[in-house]
Amino acid sequence: MDRGEVMSVSETTPRRLPTVVIVLAFVLLLGFLALIAWGLRRSMSGPISVGDRVPDIQMITFDGQTIHSRDLAGKVIVVNFWASWCKPCEQEARELEEAYQYFKDSGKVVFLGLAYVDTEPNSKAYLEKFGITYPNGPDLRTTVSQMFRIRGVPETYIIGSDGRLAAVKIGPFQSTQEIIQTIQPLIH
Amino acid sequence: MSKKVFLLVSLLMMVAALVGGLAQRVQAQQPTPSDNDVNRVARQLYCPVCENVPLDVCPTTACQEWRELIRLKLSEGWSDEQIKEYFAMQYGDRVLAEPPQRGLNWLIYVLPPVAILAGAVLVIRILRRMQAKPTPAEAAPAVLLSPEDEYLKRVEEELKRAEKSGR
Repeated sequence: MDRGEVMSVSETTPRRLPTVVIVLAFVLLLGFLALIAWGLRRSMSGPISVGDRVPDIQMITFDGQTIHSRDLAGKVIVVNFWASWCKPCEQEARELEEAYQYFKDSGKVVFLGLAYVDTEPNSKAYLEKFGITYPNGPDLRTTVSQMFRIRGVPETYIIGSDGRLAAVKIGPFQSTQEIIQTIQPLIH
Repeated sequence: MSKKVFLLVSLLMMVAALVGGLAQRVQAQQPTPSDNDVNRVARQLYCPVCENVPLDVCPTTACQEWRELIRLKLSEGWSDEQIKEYFAMQYGDRVLAEPPQRGLNWLIYVLPPVAILAGAVLVIRILRRMQAKPTPAEAAPAVLLSPEDEYLKRVEEELKRAEKSGR
């Protein structure tokens, strides 16, 4: 045995951090990991699929009216995402208005337009240009588009009278007839 | 009399012309938001549809329209903060270059200083320990011998004694 290696007990034992500090560090670390996990889970969760129950949608129209989808229970809700800067949206703008007029008197179908990352003056000009009269408003904080995880505009989500997602149209509708044919079977 | 009236009318006309000129000049100096004003706000915002592109340098038509919106809001007397809040309300907090200090965002502001502070404390502790650690020469007198070492010492002494007596 080499005596040079021999040291006193006080020198060989490392000084430990106070237990409170260690526990606190672990709690902080676990909390941070939990936060990351929550964020990942949230970002990885998929879009609302056909058949899934759709959470409540809230929108404030350009004329200040607040609409909650929960207040429209029992009706078919057509949620259309659009933007004034979106050229394909123009293809279906008039058709959507025509379909709205077609179902308007039945009282069983509600059309809601949500302007996706658009400016209010441009949105209003767009609505005027295409003579759109059903409720439209901005998708504030992109809450609703994030809920549906839209990939672009235009996209249309049709919620059945049971509150579940019944149909999805990615891209513009080709004709008024196509819109009517999509909605008609959902009316009970 | 007519001369006085003529002078008065002339004077009034001159005053009117002067006031009109001033008014025109005042109108011309109306503070229309300049590009610099717009960009000052725009650089604090990001394009809502592009990936990580500040609004002041974003080349798309949509961004141009958002910059015009900023110009419009500035001309209406909105402050930079009000415009930023408006953009956040319309397009979400992701358009803000600097995340607002609310909700979980506060972690962004709190965690780095805490991590730096904890790191600094750790480094100081390690440095202090290194300074306090005695050199081998200094450590020698402090060496405590274990009972086993005492035994070895005695064995060595006995061996030495035996060697001496063996001579």
